[in-house]
Amino acid sequence: MKIEDVVCTFCGCLCDDLVVEVEGDMVVNVENGCTLANKKFMGNNRLKTPIKRDGGNWKKVGLDEAIQTAAGILLDADRPLLYGWSGTHGEAQTIGVHMAELLGAVIDNTSTVCHGPSIMAIQEVGHPGCTLGQVKNRADVIVYWGANPIEAHPRHMSRYTTYADGFFLKEAFRERKVIVVDIRKTETANIADEFIMVEPGADYALLSALRAIVRGKGDVLPRTVAGVEKEQLIRVADICMSAKFGAMFFGLGLTMSRGKYKNIRNAIELTEELNRHTKFTISPMRGHWNVYGSNEVFTWITGYPFAVDFARGIAFYNPGETTSVDILKRGECDACLVVGSDPGAHFPGDCCRHLADIPTIQIDPHVNATTHLSRLQIPVAVTGIDAEGTAYRMDGVPIRTRKVIDTTYPSDSEVLDKIYQIIRKETGP
Amino acid sequence: MSELLIKNACVIDPLNGINGDVMDIAIRDGRIVEDVGSSAEVIDADRCLTLPGGIDSHTHVCGTKVNFGRYMSPEDMRAGRTSRNGSMHVTSGYSVPTTFGNSYRYSTMGYTTLLEGAMAPLEARHTHEEFTATPHQDMMANTLFDGNWSIMEAVREKDVKRAAAVVAWILSAVKGFAIKLTNPGGTEAWGWGEDVSSIHDTVPYFEVTPAEIIETMIRANELLRLPHSVHLHCNNLGVPGNYRTTLDTMNLVPDLNSRRQSLYLTHLQFHSYGGTTWRDIDSRSEEIIRVVNASPHIVIDMGQIMFGRTTTMTADGPMEFKLYMLHHNKWSNHDVELETGSGIIPVYYSKKSVVNCVMWAIGLELALQAKNPWQCLLTTDNPNGAPFVKYPEIIALLMSKRYRDQECALLDPRTEKRVPLMAIDRELDWNEIAIMTRAGQSRALGIESLGKGHLAPGAEADVAIYPIRTTEIDPSAQFQQVMAGFSRTMYTIKRGRVVARNGEVIVEGANSTIWVKPRVSHEYDLGNDPEFAKKFQQYYTVRMRNYPVQETYLPRGVCIETEADL
Repeated sequence: MKIEDVVCTFCGCLCDDLVVEVEGDMVVNVENGCTLANKKFMGNNRLKTPIKRDGGNWKKVGLDEAIQTAAGILLDADRPLLYGWSGTHGEAQTIGVHMAELLGAVIDNTSTVCHGPSIMAIQEVGHPGCTLGQVKNRADVIVYWGANPIEAHPRHMSRYTTYADGFFLKEAFRERKVIVVDIRKTETANIADEFIMVEPGADYALLSALRAIVRGKGDVLPRTVAGVEKEQLIRVADICMSAKFGAMFFGLGLTMSRGKYKNIRNAIELTEELNRHTKFTISPMRGHWNVYGSNEVFTWITGYPFAVDFARGIAFYNPGETTSVDILKRGECDACLVVGSDPGAHFPGDCCRHLADIPTIQIDPHVNATTHLSRLQIPVAVTGIDAEGTAYRMDGVPIRTRKVIDTTYPSDSEVLDKIYQIIRKETGP
Repeated sequence: MSELLIKNACVIDPLNGINGDVMDIAIRDGRIVEDVGSSAEVIDADRCLTLPGGIDSHTHVCGTKVNFGRYMSPEDMRAGRTSRNGSMHVTSGYSVPTTFGNSYRYSTMGYTTLLEGAMAPLEARHTHEEFTATPHQDMMANTLFDGNWSIMEAVREKDVKRAAAVVAWILSAVKGFAIKLTNPGGTEAWGWGEDVSSIHDTVPYFEVTPAEIIETMIRANELLRLPHSVHLHCNNLGVPGNYRTTLDTMNLVPDLNSRRQSLYLTHLQFHSYGGTTWRDIDSRSEEIIRVVNASPHIVIDMGQIMFGRTTTMTADGPMEFKLYMLHHNKWSNHDVELETGSGIIPVYYSKKSVVNCVMWAIGLELALQAKNPWQCLLTTDNPNGAPFVKYPEIIALLMSKRYRDQECALLDPRTEKRVPLMAIDRELDWNEIAIMTRAGQSRALGIESLGKGHLAPGAEADVAIYPIRTTEIDPSAQFQQVMAGFSRTMYTIKRGRVVARNGEVIVEGANSTIWVKPRVSHEYDLGNDPEFAKKFQQYYTVRMRNYPVQETYLPRGVCIETEADL
């Protein structure tokens, strides 16, 4: 059976035009997907039952026992951390936030090691953005800064930017100019009209130089800035200012390199300057398929997009203090629930050591690096394959993911709700 | 079966012509009834003011831009926070509270029904998710059509029926309630960083004018027999001299509906400015209200500003950029492909700014000069003019000349020469306030027949009991009591259940979402239309099949089906 208009739950592009062929409870073919999508839909190394550590070994346990154990660990903890959330649907994220509220826990999502600095910059200066279709239909200048979509978001360029057909562009690929800024010549840089090779860690200076030129103060610049010739900077600024519609996309190359949120602030302020000349937007290349959803859900319930601490009863937010890496590094939390992410593969060594020291519970379909740090893992259905739910694309467009096969795995929401109900009963009304 | 009897209620129910009678109200299973049995739970209202539940006909509380207002403003989140308390979740925020914060604060002020002012169809699912998390009010969504490509093409072809068909498909798909036009044509122009500056400017590429969009949509709205009229945010919001645009717009409006207005003009305060620059801005409320008074087919809301900090948010993207150029604080913008735009900036309205003082005066003048309170409803365009928690202050200002004089003495001294407010003696009465905060909204939104905004048998049992004895206080002098009384109900009753008492929400809510589904003939069902489908195949980034909001997002949806003339 072929199912059309299937939503891919891999990256923040959230492509919704996949055609998936299923036989029984197996996906046998995927059309329109990138290699990441194909692997996601066709892969089959899922954990079969919940597993719990028993001395040095793992033992299989039933779902009910696993849920009781998880609830018990969280109820026993003084300062639990509920981490992850970008690889699950919004309904599960909602339960997670309410659970954190009851437990007086810290709840944080993967933005903490990803676009957290972008959020902090937005909180300082705002965010002139748009939906991806606005770029597709109008943009004649595209900038990728510290991002390599060909490898990380393989269909970004064909669906939304460079190669996408747009209403106001008759021959999109020829009419659009692509500017790539990176520290090395990536696959994406190879197709750029202008490739700016910036010295590692010097993005802030480069952005400041471009702002100076846009403001008409280019005279103050030296011959080269951040390893880039002034002539090229002037050329690039001219391209941007004469765009009918320009769209900048930035990745972790800008967010997580030296300067962090100050880089993003500078990029946003450059975008704002460009708006005095033409139309320009800026957007983060969000990684996980529903990391933006976790920011949205956290925000409408707590007021903050990530790193929310309920220990004081109210919602408290202070990145650097209430962010997961900092809490783990200080050895502060005494239990951790990981949902839909793999901190074991991404967090600093000290943090991983602490996760291994405390009771860590993982809710995830697959064995991953975090499994090795955990005491309990509960496998669940994969949203977008055998569970449905809400996801927010990198530009904020909400899409309901489809369920294409039936399996016996419970969804994230089902498992979390069972844990939540136990906690609710124990903690009163 | 659950029964409740409210005894000794001093009832003002303008839709039923009741003005201050002391009576009992009987409720069974969520509806007002003639009487109940002796075992009914009894509430003694003790001759306090009892009104139908409040209805806000224009507020921004849920959806993409509201949530972005929170996301970008941790300083606002810190400015209002409460911890978990009984059935109440944690809340954060002052001008853009979290969904539960909005819901609890509205509920403790006696509000039980809200119209979200602007929902982009492409992002409707988000609005509905937040509706579910705003549990103490029944919700409706104004749906944005100001820059919709299919609409503008129909307008260009002068095809009202086609425009109506587009509205029908989209409203049904996104579970919207009414047609909203925000700076019609201007949001599409903003896709190129431009705007329109009069209702006769043409929109780039589409070659239609705002006037043509507005007129076509008013007619399309009536073809679809929608409960509400077109809900318009005029062009040129916030621009000195914009009262001319507003007058031009009002002159376009045909009188097409005998039950309600044919056009609802929202937050008119922002559209009643004279002068040519910020230096010589003055009030043109008199010119505006003269036309309103002569046009029973027009309803407006105030869009009052109140001094202090707030956050502005609107689908009017170009306006927000202009405002940013003045304030230089922070600016967010979010264009929505093929449909609309939006922008957000924080602001501080100051008594030391003559511009802000003029704005403050204009809102009050509109309400005080409108002869018919059914035509001028009380709003702040929450949170644009002020957070809705300021409503009690506005009520007090409208009811007391003395309070206004006291406030006017604190304004920039240049204000007096620019506004007529100081010469207006009128003080509104309790009945007029009841009209401007619930009965008028019910009629204007066309939800009277659902049992909203009144207390006759058959009505929804949404009731607000305020600790105010209207016979014992003189609002003209005791405006502080008026303010305190409207800030906190003794009881807020939603669908027959006490949900809030003395400022505390005591149960978990279970709201409904009211949406509209116009029934059209097969010929006008755009689900089968290749030209309409092409928009999704080629230009939207979401497939047509993934666009509609599934009913699972409306756990207690109330669908109003209309029989369209199509």
